[in-house]
Amino acid sequence: MMQRPGIIERLIRFITESPAAVAAFVATLGVLAAPVVGLAADSGGASAVAYRDVPGIGSRNLVWIVAQLHLLLAGFVLGVPIFAWLCEIVGWKSGEKRYDKLAKEFTKLLSSAYSTTALFGGILLFILIGAYPKLMAYLSDIFFPSFMVYCALFLLETATLYMYWYGWDAMSEGRSKVFHLVLGFLLNVFAFFIMIIPNSWATFQASPVVIAEGSDMARAWAATWNPTWWPVNIHRLIANVVLGGYICGAYAGIRYLSARTPEEREHYDWMGYVGNFIGVFGLLPLPFAGYWLMREIYQYNQQMGITLMGGFLSWLFILQAMLIGVLFIGSNYYFWMGITHRIPGSELRYRKPILAMLIILLLCLGVWMTPHSLVASLEEARKMGGTHHPLLGVFGVMSAKMTVSNLMILVTFMSFIMYWRAGKEDTATWAKLANAVMGAVLIIAGIVVVVLGVWGYFVPAIVRINYFSTSQVLLVIFVMVTITPLTALLLKSAKTTTEMVWGKMPPRAGYSLVLNAIMVILLMTLMGYARSSSRVHWHVYGVMRDSSQYAFSPALGYAAALMAANTFMFCLIVAFIFWVATMGDKAKHTHGGNEKSGEGHGALPAMAGGSQTLDKQI
Amino acid sequence: MGGSLAKPVLLILAMYAFLKFVVPNLPGSAPLPSSLIFLYLMLTTTGIVVFKTLSRESKDAFFAPILNFLTGENIGAMSAARYGFLILFPLLVGWQTYGSTATSDAPPAENRTIHPAPPGEYTGLSNPVSKTPENIMQGKGFYAAFCSPCHGGKFDGKGPAARGFNPPPANFSDPTTIAMLQESYLFWRIKKGGVGLPIEGMPWKSAMPRWEVELPDEWIWKIIMGEYDGAHQSPRTWE
Repeated sequence: MMQRPGIIERLIRFITESPAAVAAFVATLGVLAAPVVGLAADSGGASAVAYRDVPGIGSRNLVWIVAQLHLLLAGFVLGVPIFAWLCEIVGWKSGEKRYDKLAKEFTKLLSSAYSTTALFGGILLFILIGAYPKLMAYLSDIFFPSFMVYCALFLLETATLYMYWYGWDAMSEGRSKVFHLVLGFLLNVFAFFIMIIPNSWATFQASPVVIAEGSDMARAWAATWNPTWWPVNIHRLIANVVLGGYICGAYAGIRYLSARTPEEREHYDWMGYVGNFIGVFGLLPLPFAGYWLMREIYQYNQQMGITLMGGFLSWLFILQAMLIGVLFIGSNYYFWMGITHRIPGSELRYRKPILAMLIILLLCLGVWMTPHSLVASLEEARKMGGTHHPLLGVFGVMSAKMTVSNLMILVTFMSFIMYWRAGKEDTATWAKLANAVMGAVLIIAGIVVVVLGVWGYFVPAIVRINYFSTSQVLLVIFVMVTITPLTALLLKSAKTTTEMVWGKMPPRAGYSLVLNAIMVILLMTLMGYARSSSRVHWHVYGVMRDSSQYAFSPALGYAAALMAANTFMFCLIVAFIFWVATMGDKAKHTHGGNEKSGEGHGALPAMAGGSQTLDKQI
Repeated sequence: MGGSLAKPVLLILAMYAFLKFVVPNLPGSAPLPSSLIFLYLMLTTTGIVVFKTLSRESKDAFFAPILNFLTGENIGAMSAARYGFLILFPLLVGWQTYGSTATSDAPPAENRTIHPAPPGEYTGLSNPVSKTPENIMQGKGFYAAFCSPCHGGKFDGKGPAARGFNPPPANFSDPTTIAMLQESYLFWRIKKGGVGLPIEGMPWKSAMPRWEVELPDEWIWKIIMGEYDGAHQSPRTWE
């Protein structure tokens, strides 16, 4: 017998089912609060209070936690619409309902997380105004015009999301579907601008451009277009896709682990695959974007560059290498498990290539994780002649790191290609030639990447950075754009020898999806701290000094503990949001029994090596 | 011990032996610190676990001997080994915990920052001395007089006084030292020396003299040019 839901449950349901309403409420609050910020700016010297502390936790820690949670939620909320919309387009163009269903499921998670993101944004704003009034007055003075634009965009985004989510079923056919797709496009456009405007505030703090003369708009525009704005925009855009993909993968992994019916297992196995694919798809260009960002930071200010890459924050990059290493291993592990479990009988055939790729990956990771200055006891350092190892010390610099990151990207790309081709037999007459070309391209590119990496030690830094590293990246991209279409053409005429079976992955596949998501979250908390700490004792680098009691960089251990706590809290919040989001599904199942969607849970996506025959059967 | 487990164990032992005994004896090498050996062994172990758990068959074959050893029945003489393991394992953990927390007279591990960030006033500087052969030669002369006793006549950090220092003087011919830095960084380090290192550079472990007391700025810039030229390196630039 069902009980009437309590007030808390009804409230939760209201928030879940009307995220846009809550977000609109928060956005309205933001608009209303904006003049307050403006007034704070106008008050100028009238406000004698520069800082207010928060007892117990401290104002800096509170801002750190709330800002990090807001950014992580925002990353998810801005990343998911990109691939949800792409999935919807694939479903619309191919006529396969399962893509549309998947896009809707992604959007369901998005709509649930949206209001929470807005709530944390509002909380962050109030804490910043309260705890750092002088800094906020200064930033408001410069950025007031963009505050207004941001609020307007937020309202547009909210309205668009409202229509996009609630209009999904109503706009599922014909011209209304096209309108729905346009809404999805607009959602992404607004989301992009919602991301880059706050980026300008944050990057201004790191690389400020301050002009003394000109109108408010001119000052705001100059401050916005600062040297690190676009590198951060691009890096964050890609990172958001990675975060969104892996979190959706983790969601699918958990649902897979708790699935009770074969249909559920098949569906969430497939969704987990798509989540991992999206995460990997974003992960491949991410190191390039990160490299560009660091280059711009270094060029902007040598002090900041060295603080990050050679100074006390350089240890963070060793941690980063470890986290990215786990992520690469986790993503490849998931691909490889897909081959051995979803394609029966393929284990023996692919065992050797998998072993070769694993060894290359581990060797690359070994190089990437080797620091320039090693952690050594006094005795060990004496034996080495310092904290640099005379032989392995060469692994500690960018030439080596860039080389192995390119190789790891190549290996991961080839894992995907292998997965794509698994269970297929080429029938095209030109297959041999195509395979030879692909093999040659891959091997030559790999060799040239290594040669450029070694050569990079013997040329001036600017040659390595501007030409060698760029060439390495271009080579990897060349491999991708050569092998992907060739493989697609080969697979068009290929014969399916072994059908892919969904829902047969072992539980550790679900756990690896969860692990990947946690690694990405940890990475974002780590790099968020690095970016923020590179300003050291400045609120606005070189312009406004931090004179609070917290004008010091916390010890790395302390920072790591807070990053871990932030990751844990974010996971709790996401778990809560997803739990609430799926409450309705559970209720439907309870009332209506196990609904069979009949939309081909077991159908195979083309990119997953699915056969058209089976698709038709389903 | 099952065959499936023997290979991984042998592989880990072989890797340990390679890192501990082979790598240090390669030409120009030195013993690896335990932190690095641990890192590489962890990677090896991760690789083994990843590969062995790819399929159900290989996973079962990999874990079967372990499970059998820990929980199997009628394991004969291995039974004594099981009890020995159950007693020794907690003792090992306890010993490790004690070892890592007990007070010791051993000096702490070194994790000093080798390249601390320079003060803001030095970051935008460029070498005001024109790069002529005469100036470079003059810089090498100054280098020979003031720097080579420690940093070596061949710019390799092996001057006659080098053996007295720990950490040793920088090896400029190593492409991972001055080639990574801008000229202004060297100007700061030469001018201010070890005592001019910022707090983040602690523990201060640099015997570099504060040359601003002895040398005019122009000489320092010339020395920098001489160093780069003599070590066959180029400074980091953005153009």
